[in-house]
Amino acid sequence: MVRVEFLGPIQKDALELEITNLSELATILQETPEMAEWLSNSAVAVNDTLVSSLNYPLKDGDKVSMLPPVCGG
Amino acid sequence: MLKIYDGGLNVATILKEWYEEEATSNYGAFIPFIGTIRDEDGIEGLSFDIYEPILEKWFKEWQEKAKAKNAIIKMAHSRGDVLLHQSSYIAAVFSPKRRVALEFIDEFVENFKASAPIWKYDLKNGKRIYALDRSTAIKGSGLLAKEYS
Repeated sequence: MVRVEFLGPIQKDALELEITNLSELATILQETPEMAEWLSNSAVAVNDTLVSSLNYPLKDGDKVSMLPPVCGG
Repeated sequence: MLKIYDGGLNVATILKEWYEEEATSNYGAFIPFIGTIRDEDGIEGLSFDIYEPILEKWFKEWQEKAKAKNAIIKMAHSRGDVLLHQSSYIAAVFSPKRRVALEFIDEFVENFKASAPIWKYDLKNGKRIYALDRSTAIKGSGLLAKEYS
């Protein structure tokens, strides 16, 4: 099971999914209406490291985080 | 050194602490940046969410960059609500010479704005409103959007 967390202003509870790469997660989230406004502007981290490839493999126990646009300070 | 505080920062206390920690470290320059909440657009204050695991990794990378220049960096940030005229952010660079510290604080604060996993909300009429128009998408954002698949 992979845990998917939505950070900051994304008002969505975490998901527990049986997926093996980010491409599968993309397909699921693209079909989730409440994610429509967030997919194009959010970064993705796996186990707290930002990633840049949809082929990134996921294994049982991994944590994926969705990070929408930031503004500290 | 990275420290997260609930609510507004006590600027005088934090700066005093940092100054005293390095008073005899032989740094020639101590350059702090202090961000405070301005009274504008009818806000009552700002509020912040922070994702600490990635913030800590990001900060560690900057500590390494500072070390490579014989400098050190310290940072404090607020979590939750911060009212008008209070401070939500302090960063400081200590370095042997002033030029390094002046350039480094500029680079650090700009990168902080664009990359640190912190989300800002306006406090207005008792509501907490995400400041999307003032926020920056982290480099590499959009990976899961349709145009990438």
